[in-house]
Amino acid sequence: MSRPTLDRASSKAAASDPALDLPGRWRRPRLRLGRWSAPLGIAGALVALLWIVIAILAPVIQPHDPLAQDLPILQAPGQGTFLGTDALGRDVFSRLLSGARVTIPLALLLVVMSVLIGAILGAVAGFFGRWVDELIMRVTDLVMAFPTVILAMVIAAALGASLLNAVLAALIVSWPSYARLTRGLVLGLRTSNYVVSGQLLGFSPLRSLWRDIAPNIVGPILVLASLDIGTAILLLSGLSFLGLGAKPPTPEWGSMVSDAVQNFDSWWLGVFPGLAILTIVVAFNFVGDALRDALDPKSRTLRGGGPTL
Amino acid sequence: MTPEPRTGGTRGTGGTGTGRPRSTAGPVLTATDVAVEYRRPALRAVDGVSLTIAPGEVVALVGESGCGKSSLARAVVGIEKRAGGSVLLGGTEVPVLGLRRRSTEMTGVQMVFQDPNSSLNPRRPVGEQIGDGVRAAVARGDEPSDPAEWLSRVGLDPAMVGRYPHEFSGGQKQRIAIARALAARPRLLVADEPISALDASTQTSVAALMRTLSVEAGAGMLFISHDLSVVRRIADRTLVMYRGRIVESGHTETIWQNPVHPYTRALLAAIPVPDGSGRLPLAPAEADRVDWTAALPAALERTPA
Repeated sequence: MSRPTLDRASSKAAASDPALDLPGRWRRPRLRLGRWSAPLGIAGALVALLWIVIAILAPVIQPHDPLAQDLPILQAPGQGTFLGTDALGRDVFSRLLSGARVTIPLALLLVVMSVLIGAILGAVAGFFGRWVDELIMRVTDLVMAFPTVILAMVIAAALGASLLNAVLAALIVSWPSYARLTRGLVLGLRTSNYVVSGQLLGFSPLRSLWRDIAPNIVGPILVLASLDIGTAILLLSGLSFLGLGAKPPTPEWGSMVSDAVQNFDSWWLGVFPGLAILTIVVAFNFVGDALRDALDPKSRTLRGGGPTL
Repeated sequence: MTPEPRTGGTRGTGGTGTGRPRSTAGPVLTATDVAVEYRRPALRAVDGVSLTIAPGEVVALVGESGCGKSSLARAVVGIEKRAGGSVLLGGTEVPVLGLRRRSTEMTGVQMVFQDPNSSLNPRRPVGEQIGDGVRAAVARGDEPSDPAEWLSRVGLDPAMVGRYPHEFSGGQKQRIAIARALAARPRLLVADEPISALDASTQTSVAALMRTLSVEAGAGMLFISHDLSVVRRIADRTLVMYRGRIVESGHTETIWQNPVHPYTRALLAAIPVPDGSGRLPLAPAEADRVDWTAALPAALERTPA
């Protein structure tokens, strides 16, 4: 008598309660996606790609000159311009689009440079050991002993406010994490049997590093790099926000947010560049997470259901 | 792989050879008073071991876990630093593996490791890795050979050259590692427990394969194992090691028929006998160990009577 009622009640609860719904309805379609089982990674890649396309096409698609001060000042979005105008009468939407042109290439350059410097120094330290290792690792300790943003601020301030100096400052604080990661990975592999086998076959240190070690450590480094693109954008915008990066007329997202602080009532000045930073940082982080899953050689064959190599 | 039929005492040095000129007619390996020491914990793992291996000869090194077998093998190849003694490959000292590139001559020493899963680079096709061995042989003046041919020689499909190590089983990976080592046409092949990570059904065939191929190539082989039944099948000579020292050595069958050293006797008594009667192998009593460290020179270099 009471049993069917209970059953109905529980099934009803299961259908309506999202928490109970999770195992039954939410996870299964994810498994069915097969090789497309990284929807967040794909969404992130699409958003990041969209921003890159915007950066490339900015001069063509921007409705107004981002530097021209010929519009009514502090105009709200929709009243003549798409995203409003700033305190100097410049079009926020156009500045946002050309801001992508400033931030994205510099962030990519920063990450590529820190990966190169960090990975090479780390690999040398891990492979050659002894005093080389000591020297390089003590330098990384020195840099990492300071809080990243504060050290970057100090260096940028010392070098003088300019975007390139901001990148240089960010580079100085960001390479040690790659050096440490790479050193650890190389150290773990250099006594492994296949590296020793290669040495017994007459591999030179460079060949050992390049053929036997590098392909096996590139995955984790790439993952860190892709996750770091977001951090790099944040760091560069942060320095610009503090006035240590982009100089005033340059449409940089961080300095746009900084300008918005002075006109707090005009919400559109801060919200849109802030959203731009948010979307691109999150997008690159999703790509990094998806990369981490994809670069695991064991999960690759399991997921793809066949030889993907 | 059909195991090689035993032919009693007639087989031994020489081997069929491949017609390639060998630079020396003497032993490929001459190790004298090799010692290996570890600092933490302070331990003399190998305590003055001497051995020689002739071309085409298979020498087995047996002993319990921790007796110094692997340390000796690694010292012979130069992976482990030697605390004393010398290791000569056909007259030239084998250097310790360091940061410098191994000389072309020294690629004549190759090693097969215990764990097949870690001895191949997971990111390179197996054919390419066997090709590294071929390249080492060519650098020493040998004729180039085809990696695919090496795959078929170790009993694998030659079409699999493009595959990656994770697509193979443990036994297959070990065969590939053996193919890579042999493709370098080594004068000396050191195998550090190459079969102990494999299951029972593949152990014998891989061991027999190693013997066949190395004897065929005229290479000397130092085969380390704790599987005495396999050792009896493939080794010309056997060295019994206990606590860093060789306690008995000589012709394999002689040692088996008439073990002299009490430790050898204890080892042989510990082999399970599959006679159906359900007898359990004899574990040596702790009290017996005192006798084993006593030097018995009469047990060394034994020859068939």
